[in-house]
Amino acid sequence: MGICAPNGVGLPAFTKSIKKGISGIRFQPQMEQMKFSCQIGGIPEISEEKKREYFTELQLRNFNANGILYGVIAGMDALKDAGINTKNQEDTPNWNLGIVFGVSTSGVDKFRESIYKIDDANVRRLGSTAVAQTMMSGVSAYLSGMIGAGNMVTTNSAACATGTEAIIMGYERIANGQATQMLCGSSGEDGPYIWGGFDAMKVISYKYNDEPEKGSRPMSATASGFVPGSGAGALLLESLESAQERGATIYAEVLGGHVNSGGHRGTGSMTAPNSEAVQRCIKKAIEHAGINVSEIDYINGHLTATTKDALEIENWSKALNRKGLDFPYINSLKGMTGHCLAASGSIEAVSTIIQMNEGFIFPNINCENLNPEISTIIDAQKIPVQCISAEIKTAVKASFGFGDVNACVIFRKI
Amino acid sequence: MTSEAIYAKLLPIVKTYLPEDIDENNINPDSDLTKELNINSAHLVDVVLDVEDTFDVEFANEDMEKLRTINDAIAIIQTKLNK
Repeated sequence: MGICAPNGVGLPAFTKSIKKGISGIRFQPQMEQMKFSCQIGGIPEISEEKKREYFTELQLRNFNANGILYGVIAGMDALKDAGINTKNQEDTPNWNLGIVFGVSTSGVDKFRESIYKIDDANVRRLGSTAVAQTMMSGVSAYLSGMIGAGNMVTTNSAACATGTEAIIMGYERIANGQATQMLCGSSGEDGPYIWGGFDAMKVISYKYNDEPEKGSRPMSATASGFVPGSGAGALLLESLESAQERGATIYAEVLGGHVNSGGHRGTGSMTAPNSEAVQRCIKKAIEHAGINVSEIDYINGHLTATTKDALEIENWSKALNRKGLDFPYINSLKGMTGHCLAASGSIEAVSTIIQMNEGFIFPNINCENLNPEISTIIDAQKIPVQCISAEIKTAVKASFGFGDVNACVIFRKI
Repeated sequence: MTSEAIYAKLLPIVKTYLPEDIDENNINPDSDLTKELNINSAHLVDVVLDVEDTFDVEFANEDMEKLRTINDAIAIIQTKLNK
């Protein structure tokens, strides 16, 4: 696995942060200057030296695509963590290794640079990488060049469900026998040009500009909109036989998953979920995994810190037919990272597997005053506000996105 | 500007785009930029942009078509500087 999150770049730093409930949300002066309502956000901290561990000087010339930066760091770290050597490759691609790396946008800052030149009748000055940095498949293309992936190399896009969907797509490719290893992940960009549209929709938090770390409040009575974030997460999926043969570290097994859409019908719309579709997605994932709902120990929620959090809890409760003290443990990483949009599913999936592997449940920060609508459905003990030790054998991760799309994946500890 | 002076200014530009497996001692005025020095053909446009900035000239599409070796670049630059 690899991770590039606002509260930690690399598995050790990220693990330490989520155990301690350390927030990566900071005041963003540029958003203040640009008169955003929300002036806080979660951005991974990457030094110039760190960039050079992953990119050549030539690749960094005129490079201005932070989603590709985060995706490459997470993707290459996942490969390394999985013990896959990409250094001494011959000229032949690795036909068994593929990539699904999702995004919502790519290289928006680079695109802005290009637009200014084009409008100035200076298209000839764009340089050779304007396309590679702004194409949606930029992250998977950069990664492919670095690792010689010769199987399917693609990019999916399903708004905030992107990262979870990528994992399911990679899983299916392997389950279908068409690949042995799939690097799955997603990446989300940051900055005013990405976040502006959400600010305009008034769906992001504007009440905590003076206390950035308090701004993202999933499941809290005082949740007031999400805080934007960015970064990337990546997981190397592999057939069990191949992983065992290599003696690779196996963190968890993907038991199954499901992807669907509410089709903007019923309560669903471009921006609101159709609850029936959400519940169906969860139920179908469980059915596909071949487990009983009672086996689920832990849920990594989507829970963005908007007014919809209570509805999400209700949907989980109905889909699992579990409530009160019988409900599994649940938390939301977004309290610490903000909502990393397209990257959220993969970053949160990595956090899920870290917790399974190390036997803990990270704290729901900023949730000391639980939304009363939620506490009528599930017991507050199931929403820990302090880090607790817990054996998680089976975990569920779901993501729900604009466009009324849903993705749900089930992991089991090996 | 003499050919030698232009060559001296071109050398660092070309070096920037050399792939890792090509030694910079391989560069000479007759080297074919893409075929011998293995510079990615997409990067030729970046080489030209750097040349334009360094010499304050502008390459036309026809100039790009003629550009194969460093000597070609020198000839094009000299023509432009002498105008």
